[in-house]
Amino acid sequence: MLLGTPFHARTQPLNEAQVWRRWSGYLAAGAYELTHEREYWAIRNAAALIDVSPLLKYHVHGPDAARLLDRMVTRDVSRLGVGRVLYTPWCDTEGKVIDDGTITRLDAQRFRLTAAEPNYRWLSMNAVGLDVTVEDVSSQVASLALQGPKSRLILNACAADSLDGLAYFRVTHTRVGGVPVTISRTGYTGDLGYELWCDARDAVAVWDTLMTAGAAYGITPTGILALDIARVEAGLIMLDVDYTSAHVATIPEQKSSPFELNLGWAVDLKKAARFVGRKALAAEKTSGSAWQMVGLEIEWPNLERLFWEEGLPPRIPNTTVRASIPLSSLGRQVGYASSSCWSPLLKKYIALAHVEAAHAKPGDLLMFEIMVQHKHRYTPARVVPLPFFNPERKRE
Amino acid sequence: MANNYDAIVIGGGHNGLIHAAYLARAGKKVVVLERRHLVGGAAVTEEIVPGFKFTEFSYVVSLLRPEIIRDLELPKHGLTILPLPSTFTPMDNGDYLAAWDDHDKTRREIWRHSPKDADAYDAYSRAMARMAMAVKPILSMIPPDPTSLSPKDLFGLLKLGGHAGSLSEKDFHNLAKLMTMSAADLLEEWFELDPLKGTKSASGIIGTFLGPRSPGTAYVLLHHYMGEIDGAFRAWGFAKGGTGGISNSIASSARALGVEVRLNASVAHVIVKGGRAVGVALENGDELYAKTISSSLDPKRTFLKLIEPRHLPDDFLTAIKRYRTRGSSGKVNLALSELPDFTALPGVGPLHRGAISISPSIEYIERAYDAAKYGDLPARPYIDSILPSMIDPDMAPPGQHVMSCFVQYAPYHLNGGWDDAKREAFGDSVVDTLAQYAPNLKRAIIGRQVLVPPDIERITGLTEGNIFAGELALHQLFFLRPAPGYTDYRTPIRGFWQCGSGTHPGGGIMGANGRLAALEVLKG
Repeated sequence: MLLGTPFHARTQPLNEAQVWRRWSGYLAAGAYELTHEREYWAIRNAAALIDVSPLLKYHVHGPDAARLLDRMVTRDVSRLGVGRVLYTPWCDTEGKVIDDGTITRLDAQRFRLTAAEPNYRWLSMNAVGLDVTVEDVSSQVASLALQGPKSRLILNACAADSLDGLAYFRVTHTRVGGVPVTISRTGYTGDLGYELWCDARDAVAVWDTLMTAGAAYGITPTGILALDIARVEAGLIMLDVDYTSAHVATIPEQKSSPFELNLGWAVDLKKAARFVGRKALAAEKTSGSAWQMVGLEIEWPNLERLFWEEGLPPRIPNTTVRASIPLSSLGRQVGYASSSCWSPLLKKYIALAHVEAAHAKPGDLLMFEIMVQHKHRYTPARVVPLPFFNPERKRE
Repeated sequence: MANNYDAIVIGGGHNGLIHAAYLARAGKKVVVLERRHLVGGAAVTEEIVPGFKFTEFSYVVSLLRPEIIRDLELPKHGLTILPLPSTFTPMDNGDYLAAWDDHDKTRREIWRHSPKDADAYDAYSRAMARMAMAVKPILSMIPPDPTSLSPKDLFGLLKLGGHAGSLSEKDFHNLAKLMTMSAADLLEEWFELDPLKGTKSASGIIGTFLGPRSPGTAYVLLHHYMGEIDGAFRAWGFAKGGTGGISNSIASSARALGVEVRLNASVAHVIVKGGRAVGVALENGDELYAKTISSSLDPKRTFLKLIEPRHLPDDFLTAIKRYRTRGSSGKVNLALSELPDFTALPGVGPLHRGAISISPSIEYIERAYDAAKYGDLPARPYIDSILPSMIDPDMAPPGQHVMSCFVQYAPYHLNGGWDDAKREAFGDSVVDTLAQYAPNLKRAIIGRQVLVPPDIERITGLTEGNIFAGELALHQLFFLRPAPGYTDYRTPIRGFWQCGSGTHPGGGIMGANGRLAALEVLKG
């Protein structure tokens, strides 16, 4: 048996079809209801409660904690104030991305790093000669994402302190259901939302408090399938889906630099600290990147026509497709989509795609492969800026 | 000149706004004239009880055309269609019948009552979907007139024939039956369960002054399935903010395209000179001029109120006078302190997120029609209700709810006429009927709004309060809507066009009327 998360006692009975996905050795609900549709809409229209406890979490503390992280990641941790959070990738010496996650400065010498894959060894290797302690607290810290336009109202109804003053990518400490909880204004949906971090032993109390307070606001336990659509709409990449860790890649072609993942904004070549991959990234910045990650909108009228020609209504998967889909231009393959889905909110068929730099301008037309009645077909898709969806309430 | 335009659109309902937006998209200078203080026509949301938003008249959306959503970028302008996944029908024996949002759950639920119907349900759905596919293209084209030999009509017939040709012989026979039968007869060929037949038959009578046993009602059942074959694009559900949310998103898109929307601008008449429409006169005396003028009002209001009869040929006037608009439905909107608790399935559950249908049998609905047929109010009406606040938490204060009840029948021509007492009696009959299944309802009511056909007429302007701007009966559909020879949105007056629900393909929040009419206007 895989492990249940600290919320398993609550999530297990709610999982109507007992659909579980694997996430870092834990069971994570795919969807609680028999279809993920309502859970998706909770993210965009009410409030979704998502168990994200399987995230890997590291506490980094000691006099050199900031120096360790600054040595490892591409953004400037030295300038991160207490109570702030940043999102960053980190690279190998060739400037290829190993993983991405958030860093929270809990106090002057104490940080929390989240990661998709185990990074304890990498942290330890980079800590040589530094006065710092790294702890893997993944199983001790339970985490919940509360995402959606009603999330703030729910927290204000049940937390000991108001969340009104908590700005985007800031963190605060309060109590929920009588137990200590750290709340960050962060998430993986591109919407107004928060993540709650608490001791695993207090997990159920926090869950119950949120569910009770959220009932009047449409709070909905939400699984990975709904989250996977929201994160594509938000243009957020996923390790092992949209890129391969440089530590895992078998051949160089499988690796990506931050620039190639649309994360150039998170590479701080001017920061004081020397960091892993800096030299390679500076060179790539000068010479230009071979690939770009772009947003794609697959045009609907032609897609519908291809199906109608077979006598069928248009049919596309209703969950995010985490598989490579070829993209071509003038008959030559110039890239691939790595995540694609129908956006119920935007009423558009969208994709995150890797394309050769020459085909990455907004407005560029590419041909996207689809299967229609067991036949390969190509249908036009247009390059668009990311993210697809970015509501004002996310930062307000 | 401030009051000179390329196009004037009379009426700011969804079709008027869509029509205006398409004209503006083609570079025209367009003004929409709306009589009320808000856009939407019969697709409006208003806060009648403080804190509670009522989707006052129309309450769901199913066939809003995908091309319109795309062309006008409605999601960018706030259009959000939320799922309305189930239908719950309480029965008189204390049990219930439900259709859930999962095939296996629904099958097991029907099987509980009738193993035979559980199988038939799937076969029926497949047959209806195939027929809907054959008929659907007509929603996006001007219906060809089979008596005409013009190339346009012949091409249209060929195109339709092509789609119908993909049907099997059996499906084709079903389609022919569907066009002529009553909803009751059709459903009795498939099913034995009373609440199943009752609930399904109801979609054949909504908005018409007919009963489930009236011939011609079977066809309207098909409309229900047309929405489903738009695939992922499907626009079936509850619009965030109620149907006013749809209107606001269209208005926002239209304004972004340059359309001027004038509120509180009631049109008194259309100015016709030399057989050509040249402008409109407002109630306040202002006059506006334009090359083309389009009316989104219903045909009777358009041709009998806004135009002097001398400008119209006799046969056309006669056809319009005969055009049937008998209002048959009412609406009861409730503000609730708590959810209705149904004795058949107690507690808060998925049923509260879908439709709740008071339709225990065909006979129940037919008896309600019998009363209305003779000008009386039915003691127990057919009710289709939803709880918008369970789908969109912004519709009511936290923990409280709004309930939208569509009710049939409420005859426009009530014996002795409508008055306040009769309106309230109608409202009471609805609450009493629902309270038989959910006894806590009465104590939960904080406020209520009762709308009967004369109210619908007074507020929205729809003649006789007919929600589809003219009944969706076969003799008023396709090449006969609203009058033979005038289905291409033209009128006997040059420069004067119609673009509302009284034209092809009919009522409901579809928008095809406004769009197709705009494409015709742009052809010149």
